[in-house]
Amino acid sequence: MSGFHRHRRSGHLIATFSGFEADLLRSLASQLVELLRNEAAVPHEHADPLEAMLSFDGPTTEPEDPVLARLFPSAYAEDDEAASEFRRFTEGGLRDGKASGAAFIIDSLEEAGLPPELGEERLVIDVELEEADALTWLKSFTDLRLALATRLEVVEDDEDYWAALPDDDPRAQAHDIYEWIGALQETLVEALG
Amino acid sequence: MATTSPVEVEPDLTPDEITLISPPWVTIVWNDPVNLMSYVTYVFRTYFGYDKSKAEKLMLEVHHDGRSMVSSGSREEMERDVQAMHEYGLWATLERQ
Repeated sequence: MSGFHRHRRSGHLIATFSGFEADLLRSLASQLVELLRNEAAVPHEHADPLEAMLSFDGPTTEPEDPVLARLFPSAYAEDDEAASEFRRFTEGGLRDGKASGAAFIIDSLEEAGLPPELGEERLVIDVELEEADALTWLKSFTDLRLALATRLEVVEDDEDYWAALPDDDPRAQAHDIYEWIGALQETLVEALG
Repeated sequence: MATTSPVEVEPDLTPDEITLISPPWVTIVWNDPVNLMSYVTYVFRTYFGYDKSKAEKLMLEVHHDGRSMVSSGSREEMERDVQAMHEYGLWATLERQ
């Protein structure tokens, strides 16, 4: 993975993805949109354990959903009343912002040539973003990583645990994807900085 | 034009009640196992306009101490900062100093 770099002349942030990578990003981003927009979502049955691991569309009506709880944390640690008042005024806007950020990733990828369904052909998706748009991607990468890490129950200094899992463990595969988005985000921070 | 008249300072006014120098509310950013150190530094530079060394110092405080006070001001200002931090995916709270 080469990740993002800044184009010298235009100042745009550019990255090249394989069709598989672009499709993976789109799939994660669309699940995040669904989680954020569909508060009445019910848990889905997943035949495929990897798919289940990568799925954010759990029970979302309740703020107990750990992903939503992490994306919209309590603003007052020791004042429940102030916290719920703050939430009442901010959560809707924050939800919309995060959902449109993830939707923007999908739009960018499709504008760059990602077809609705990935075919057999080898695709190269060149994404080129202006600085403000790159910031939208950057924030949304964070939301995707927070969502994945929450589902995977990632904790501080747990590298050995993940490394010890067999390669065909769906949790290990999902964790690889989490790490991949992290590496991608690192290149974007560096290119923007 | 304003004029002044002799005033007596309240004898029981303690320094704790003088909030002129240190604003009463603060924004705290908490450590999490997900956010990249480079990203957190970037957010502090971009949103608060801190220079690189101040942003890195605050980021390292978050990383090593588990929390860092990143801004201070009125309650309204701190609510705005906390909301912005949540927008960036950082875990932030506000509290009275």
